[in-house]
Amino acid sequence: MNTEQAARRDPRWDLFFAPGMLVAALLLALIEAAKSPEPQMQIQAWTFLLAGIGVLVWTVRRYARGIPADDQSPYANDIVKAGVIASMFWGLAGMAVGLIIALQLAFPNLFYFPDLPFTNFGRIRPLHTSAVIFAFGGNVLIATSFYVVQRTCKARLAGGFWPWFVFWGYQMFILVAGTGYLIGVTEGREYAEPEWYADIWLTLVWVVYLLVFLGTIWKRKEPHIYVANWFYLAFIVTIAMLHIVNNLSMPVDLLSTKSYSAFAGVQDALTQWWYGHNAVGFFLTAGFLAIMYYFVPKRAERPIYSYRLSIVHFWTLIFIYIWAGPHHLHYTALPVWAQTLGMTFSIMLWMPSWGGMINGLMTLSGAWDKLRTDPVLRMLVVSVAFYGMSTFEGPVMSIKAVNSLSHYTDWTIGHVHSGALGWVGFVSFGALYCLVPWLWKRQRLYSNSLVEWHFWISTIGIVFYITSMWVSGIMQGLMWRAYNEFGFLEYSFVETVAAMHPYYMIRAFGGLLYLSGTVIMAYNLWRTARGDIRAAEPLALKPQLATA
Amino acid sequence: MFDHGIFERHSLLLVVGILIVVSIGGIVEIAPLFYLESTIEKVQGMRPYTPLELAGRAIYVREGCYTCHSQMIRPLRDEVERYGHYSLAAESMYDHPFQWGSKRTGPDLARVGNKYSDEWHRAHLVDPRSVVPESVMPPYKFLEETDLQFDTIEEALKANRIVGVPYTDDMIASARADLMAQANPESDDVAAFQKRYPKAQVRDFDGNPQRLTEMDAVIAYLQMLGTLVDFSTYKADAPENRR
Amino acid sequence: MDYETVSTFAKSWGVVYFMLMFVAVCAYAFWPRNKEKFDRAANIPLNEDEQ
Repeated sequence: MNTEQAARRDPRWDLFFAPGMLVAALLLALIEAAKSPEPQMQIQAWTFLLAGIGVLVWTVRRYARGIPADDQSPYANDIVKAGVIASMFWGLAGMAVGLIIALQLAFPNLFYFPDLPFTNFGRIRPLHTSAVIFAFGGNVLIATSFYVVQRTCKARLAGGFWPWFVFWGYQMFILVAGTGYLIGVTEGREYAEPEWYADIWLTLVWVVYLLVFLGTIWKRKEPHIYVANWFYLAFIVTIAMLHIVNNLSMPVDLLSTKSYSAFAGVQDALTQWWYGHNAVGFFLTAGFLAIMYYFVPKRAERPIYSYRLSIVHFWTLIFIYIWAGPHHLHYTALPVWAQTLGMTFSIMLWMPSWGGMINGLMTLSGAWDKLRTDPVLRMLVVSVAFYGMSTFEGPVMSIKAVNSLSHYTDWTIGHVHSGALGWVGFVSFGALYCLVPWLWKRQRLYSNSLVEWHFWISTIGIVFYITSMWVSGIMQGLMWRAYNEFGFLEYSFVETVAAMHPYYMIRAFGGLLYLSGTVIMAYNLWRTARGDIRAAEPLALKPQLATA
Repeated sequence: MFDHGIFERHSLLLVVGILIVVSIGGIVEIAPLFYLESTIEKVQGMRPYTPLELAGRAIYVREGCYTCHSQMIRPLRDEVERYGHYSLAAESMYDHPFQWGSKRTGPDLARVGNKYSDEWHRAHLVDPRSVVPESVMPPYKFLEETDLQFDTIEEALKANRIVGVPYTDDMIASARADLMAQANPESDDVAAFQKRYPKAQVRDFDGNPQRLTEMDAVIAYLQMLGTLVDFSTYKADAPENRR
Repeated sequence: MDYETVSTFAKSWGVVYFMLMFVAVCAYAFWPRNKEKFDRAANIPLNEDEQ
């Protein structure tokens, strides 16, 4: 075998340098653990250290009996498998935390514990957002990008062990960031909460990620770079830019967890929402559109509806998205010209977004019958429909007149979740349902009817979630601005809080349904990976006309 | 005809193309905020946070208060009537990071200072539902049981100075003394402290003179919010304040 | 450079620039000669050897 000879001939420097980089970081963590007078920093450093030692042990075990077969196969599959498992783990964890904080708002007397500060809403709400966006979403993106770039370039993942450095380094980042929130370590800016040292570590991991991805593209045997890879590249490159600029901060001391943002007030606000909105635009949109552009055609067994549209879609989307941040700051102390710019571009954003939606949906044209027989494809397609819905709602909410009502209310929360649960969640689930049988070399999923259950339970959960948040958001916005016949404000603030109670219960119930669907999925995927096939599956009732 | 295939074949060019395209929006929107003079209004009364307020603010950030409370009153009739004068950019000019927030599960706090007594804040933070039965706020009992850690308060002021807050050498040198003086009206350092930080409120905020707790710091911060700018001298319609 | 100058520039040349960018992207995407190339690219996910 050619590859085996090559493997024996070339010294595997990556096996020294990648773990070497980790060891260097662990030494720094050891210094922090030993020298820092701050208990928080000691906990953070020990967490990082223990996790890093775990990774080193795993590495030694993987390579103890020679180079594993996966390192010599045409495509690296183990790392994608690891990414799938990590995605499921963080997805369940993040959604469970989401359910807990929803219950805290619905039943504060039951779910708050005065003696346990780390269980308070303020500390675990960032844990929820980070866990679902960065831990679940991030792992889905890393796993699928590594899978897709190899197939569409017909080349093995570049960098030998370095992709594993990306994978484990990212998990360590999540662990340090997440446990940090619980002990009160945060920069206090939404979706950019991790402190300076975690930010530096993530930057390092992310640069390696970019190089691994680019390196694979450089090795490609296909003359063209498939459009999914453009979206992945835009996601990786732009997130790097946003992350670095937005997290510029001044640590109190190199042994302290605390740092102060480089920017203040209005500049800090716009920088943060430039970052925040484009975390949506490039993490939760561009990255997951890449998934759509690969998995929908693949699953439907038809090429994308219009490759030309995908080109226009790509450039207009990334160009326009970056401007939309100021719509988070309507009617604030941000200068009006910036608000107007943000609103204008947010409305324009509707067009490329729907261009992408049309491209995804129309890929099914001539094969709509597959929606009846393939629940995984249905999940993917419904995710694209949710994408279309929330990218219509977004521009509407960015109009200042609408925003004056919706801002600061649960309408925003509902909007975010129609995108997060409907679009990001479902497209990820669809991709994971595809990947597990492919990677573990199984004929099919353990059970298609469990996918049906997952689909319907989660869809109903989303409906409960977003409708309750629409009602509570619009109601609260209207109550805040209601005047009585004497020209006084009609409601005190706390009356509006009390009015939210039924909707907070419905929201928690919707979240419970959605989480239940994910649990069903985890079970189904686990059985699939084990190689089980559900005996009672009524295959005969599902005619496979489409494949004929 | 320009050949897009260049992007497809040369991935580095694709990366550069992406970087250029995604940079434009940020440069055009964010950069002017740093040099257009009209970004921040000219006001009287703004001063950097006192050391105790800064420590309280760090706890506010640590506990994630911004996930439920905004600090940004919009110039809308109902908000101005409910919370007070709309927020100015100048009022958060020393805020690293800003805490404008994005959600009002609880009310806006931009002008909560001096609206309630220290006693009310204490009772409310310890057990919110003892004061406001409908509240969904978490309890913060531990604040009054935890001694305030301020070993690095000088470094904190220095770090803030590096990112642009005008702390003087004098303020940094006396940071520890100032921090303790603000919570102890009996202290000899009070006069010097109040000279350095005009309008700073001095008293034992947590009602427990024996200890300097996190509760002292948080209430000192809350009681100062929105009280600094002198609105009697602020002319909203003046050309330099119209943005 | 004050706000007025920047704003006038953005409202004139900024618009022209955006339009040209958009036209260029569209022209490329819909140029007849590129069609075959795109059709081939669109099929990349479908004609891969299973590993």
